[in-house]
Amino acid sequence: MPVDDSAKGKSFPPFEYEVGKEKIAEYARAVGEDNPVYFERDKAKEAGFRDIPAPPMFAVVYSAGAMGPAITDPEVGINLMAMVHGGQEFSWGEPVCAGDTITTTAEVADISEQDGKGFYVFESVSKNQDGDEVVRGTWTNIVRGV
Amino acid sequence: MKQGDEIPELAVTPDKYLPHRYAGASGDFNPIHIDNEFAQQVGLPRNILHGLYSMAQVARANAAAAGGDPRSLRRLKVQFRGMGVPESEIKVTGRVREESDGTVIVDTEATQEMNKIIRNAEAELQPS
Repeated sequence: MPVDDSAKGKSFPPFEYEVGKEKIAEYARAVGEDNPVYFERDKAKEAGFRDIPAPPMFAVVYSAGAMGPAITDPEVGINLMAMVHGGQEFSWGEPVCAGDTITTTAEVADISEQDGKGFYVFESVSKNQDGDEVVRGTWTNIVRGV
Repeated sequence: MKQGDEIPELAVTPDKYLPHRYAGASGDFNPIHIDNEFAQQVGLPRNILHGLYSMAQVARANAAAAGGDPRSLRRLKVQFRGMGVPESEIKVTGRVREESDGTVIVDTEATQEMNKIIRNAEAELQPS
């Protein structure tokens, strides 16, 4: 039976995330970032940031609230028990800093089948409070035995 | 950074509790990452690293290669394949594929022993 691709193009409600200094520090420590710009406001400002910047991969933190509902949406129909995260791409724009409010929207970019596996590709776009794009993500989830 | 240059290798060994700290930091509490017993019940060798943690190591290595400014990392694309595990050293390596007008493309990957946990990755850098 071919994979159900009827949710292709579906988009999901925007998710707002307020970026906090301590959450950046927690994330930075967990992934082993030791650049002082992630921990000290003075160092961040000296380096030309508006405030303490988030490491690039912090994108997963502020995007999660938009991606969760997309991946678990019943119309998309992913069998979560058989899903693996197959690939990921991020393109970064304006840096994200403490105090920013980031709004992320997600949509189903593609659903296809290859060798009995379903490929579910989502795209997300995140913008800051000034409307500047901060990151664009492509999330590929692979589901065995569709 | 010019064509053929290797980026400095990044080596990091995630400790036993790293997946728990990353779960808290990222909000991804999937039990395959934090519950060894559950992971084995679903056929995994043990609890496994979050792929996005391993991707963050690739991001770190490439930003460092471009001078350490996080704004230097413009784009990163990865494929997750073999599963990463705690308590084993991750090595991130890479080689400059092309360089033009200040933009550098690096072919990069992350391995644990002989196991490629991130492969076919591509980083786009604008070194400061």
